[in-house]
Amino acid sequence: MSLHFVEFELNGCQIDGMVEARRTLLDFLRCDVGCTGPHAGCEHGVCGACTVLVEGQAVRSCLMLAVQANGKTVETVEGLSGGPKELHPIQQLFREEFALQCGFCTPGFLMTLVALDRSEPRPNAAEMREALSGHLCRCTGYQGVLRVIDRLTEDRK
Amino acid sequence: MSEHPIATGARFVGKRIQRKEDRRLLTGRGTYIDDVVVAGMLHAAFVRSNVARGQILRLDIAQARALPGVFAVYIAADLDQLGCQPGNPVFDMPGCPSPDNGLLARTDVRFVGDPVAIVLATTRAIAEDAVALVEVDYRAEAPVIGIAAAQTMPPVHPHLPDNLVNAMDSGRDDEIDAIFASAAHVVEDTIRNCRQAHMPMETRGLVAAPDGTGELTVHAACQSPHLSALHIATAFNMNQHQVRVIGKDVGGGFGLKMSPQRDDMAVIAAAILAGRPVKWIEDRLENLIAGGQSREDQMSVRLAFDADHRLLAADVEYDCDFGAYPYATQSSASLVTPMFPGPYRLPRYRWKAKGWYTNTSGLVPYRGPWMLEMFAREAMFDVAAREMGADSIELRRKNIIGKPDQPFQTAAGFVLADISPRETMELAVSAIDVPAFRRDQAHAREQGRYLGLGLANGIEPTTVSFGYFASDMAHVRIEANGRVTAMTTTFSQGHGTVTSLAQVIAERLGVPFEDVTVVEGDSSQIGFGSGAGGSRQAVAGGGAAIKASDLLREKIQRIAAHAYNASPEAVRIENGVITIEGAPEVRSSVAEIAQIAYVAPDRLPHDMEMGLESQYRYRPPPMVLANATHACICEVDVETGKVSILRWVAGSDCGELINPAIVEGQIAGGVVQGIGGVLFEHLRYDEDGQPLAVTLKDYLLPTGLDVPRIEYQHMCTPSSTPGGFKGVGEGGAMISPPTLVNAIADALAPFGKRWLNMPLSPDRIVCALEQ
Ligand code: FES
Ligand code: FES
Repeated sequence: MSLHFVEFELNGCQIDGMVEARRTLLDFLRCDVGCTGPHAGCEHGVCGACTVLVEGQAVRSCLMLAVQANGKTVETVEGLSGGPKELHPIQQLFREEFALQCGFCTPGFLMTLVALDRSEPRPNAAEMREALSGHLCRCTGYQGVLRVIDRLTEDRK
Repeated sequence: MSEHPIATGARFVGKRIQRKEDRRLLTGRGTYIDDVVVAGMLHAAFVRSNVARGQILRLDIAQARALPGVFAVYIAADLDQLGCQPGNPVFDMPGCPSPDNGLLARTDVRFVGDPVAIVLATTRAIAEDAVALVEVDYRAEAPVIGIAAAQTMPPVHPHLPDNLVNAMDSGRDDEIDAIFASAAHVVEDTIRNCRQAHMPMETRGLVAAPDGTGELTVHAACQSPHLSALHIATAFNMNQHQVRVIGKDVGGGFGLKMSPQRDDMAVIAAAILAGRPVKWIEDRLENLIAGGQSREDQMSVRLAFDADHRLLAADVEYDCDFGAYPYATQSSASLVTPMFPGPYRLPRYRWKAKGWYTNTSGLVPYRGPWMLEMFAREAMFDVAAREMGADSIELRRKNIIGKPDQPFQTAAGFVLADISPRETMELAVSAIDVPAFRRDQAHAREQGRYLGLGLANGIEPTTVSFGYFASDMAHVRIEANGRVTAMTTTFSQGHGTVTSLAQVIAERLGVPFEDVTVVEGDSSQIGFGSGAGGSRQAVAGGGAAIKASDLLREKIQRIAAHAYNASPEAVRIENGVITIEGAPEVRSSVAEIAQIAYVAPDRLPHDMEMGLESQYRYRPPPMVLANATHACICEVDVETGKVSILRWVAGSDCGELINPAIVEGQIAGGVVQGIGGVLFEHLRYDEDGQPLAVTLKDYLLPTGLDVPRIEYQHMCTPSSTPGGFKGVGEGGAMISPPTLVNAIADALAPFGKRWLNMPLSPDRIVCALEQ
């Protein structure tokens, strides 16, 4: 199978590689770049665990090919903060509200919420809940995530 | 909470302390099984049967073998060389013969998904390409699908006489027939659950790395590294020390990852044969068709009441579909029939239980595997109340036991103690405000809207301590710098055990919470223990942590007393600082005592051993009971069949809570899994044995839009264990189905039907209403 050159900006760094056309962005990130924050929960676009931001938009990286990211800007959960010592405000809310248990689904939830929170006009709680219905979590019953949304949207009920 | 006076100050137990693991997990730095990379690792993919039952006529691996990047393609005969013993040393019941068809199907296949070959290649993509090149021809035969078929059709496993896994009963009881014959009311029906999947967001997976000298390291998404190591060593006839199982972050388990299954063993066998590390990560399709299933069971219930609605007798018959290769050949009764009497006065009880092999994915226990006892009893109580014209809460009030009634022996022989069923029921009932709801309900019905209230009571047996589950262990040490490291046999798949146990240990030792690090997840560290399973970690792990910490605290007190010429009882340890009662001038620290213990043996009491560490193997009582009452209000749209849950009250008595936020997380997760099981989740097979749920678009899980905000109400009746803890892992998943089903039935009461066949998905509700 022939290989294609791909390069893009990942969490502020320029990266590149040679990939088969069929390589998903998720596999490229996880296996070729060692960026294991996005997770493979279903590989068919339903669970949301693989969500990353491409050009600021939340995207299911299991449904996007690595070659399609060529020349774009990609953000993953690893890029949200400087590392485990400093949390992004939404990560901090997740911690305070016990919005994760096993944490496998969490990077996906975070990326979608971050994208929503950055968008203008900022969505209200109902819109955020609607968007998060595309993310599956088997551990928490969503209780903590719903509290995170409450707190994020306190000013715009 | 203590048997001993505590010489420490700050309380960490009972506080909503933020979890230690969260920073790592929130920043994408977790290490789940697919994040593990071992040098020289190959990737495995299975060739799986696409027929439910049939003979293998031809199996051709030549083309697959020739694909560049393919290292090996193994079939049954290859793996059979290793003589892996099937069976589960932990959970198999003596006397039940195990199904044996090798780690890969030998001559015939017995469910869709049955593995017939395993490919090892340099990448997963190449392995999958090779799988597509393997040619298999089958002669398909009529499969055994469903419990009714299992009773009459030829055996799924040809070497067994029939499809019965096992049968048990409570024995002959003629008197009970007389009770039923003369009872004022007899109510009967069958509750049919539906096949569900555990569906952790992370599928199964492992990396098996043989090291060339006969030792094996297995990185596993498991629930207990120690239990897995024991199982693997037994299966491959290795010494325990030759197998090391390491688990880091695990993306949920719910029972699925309790025991290594046939697929896991096949990967290990392939790695040993190849002499190379092998990674296998199950994909979601495999998970849905071959990962294991649960809840395909049914219970026929007959209840007898006197004229005053007091329960006189119960007669139940339980049947469970074990699939083709269950995780263990085990009692079909398990806890289902023994727990059926629940928290009620039931004078007379008779039961039968049977398990059946079918040509479907194997039974693997799913969070609250015996949940049908609670489901069937509580749903039938509501059926009975409606039939007798009684209020369902009043009916329960007449029959339930409360704290003053204990100890109480149930009709199945269990002794109930330290629980509060009547009390949690009253708590939940008052939180709901039933009279106000009934007014709303009547008003809504006038407008053609259907609201319902459902309630259920249940007892959760936790920390059932038998066999390899009889003990857990903690090793606690204070390092020379005063920091605390604890190694425990607990293991988290999201449970937050490293946080909860650090709270316990910090409190018992009198050191800052931040100074305590709990390490778990490696079978080569400390002795055997059973990890997660059976809602045991708070009681068993917590008990071991308390006992080990107390031993260590006593040693600190003795060293300090010796160094400062005081009595050990006068030594106080608070926040890592040591003071002596009656000697205000003395101010030492745990770190200083650690220095003495490790580097200044002359300052130790003579004949005291150096070092500051302790370990304790704790044996919990045979069973620790928790109890709960849940109540919910829902609305059913009779046009679309959609059920909206408007309120959910969870009244629980889980004894002393170590971290209430973690406890509530366990309750919530279980409740929502139970809601999913009632409303959406169904692993269906067609009559040819083809699975119909093969993606997460077919197998629907609840989303954030489907769930209520849970209102928690806690009561505390401490258990008789150190710490007073109880388990809480499974109760939510067992009690939420009857709670919700009772609410739906209450909402739809005007239609005069019973709602006992799961799932109550929108289409099925609409169909049933139209009939
Ligand atoms: S892995 Fe991409 S949506 Fe599930
Ligand atoms: S925290 Fe485990 S799946 Fe969401």
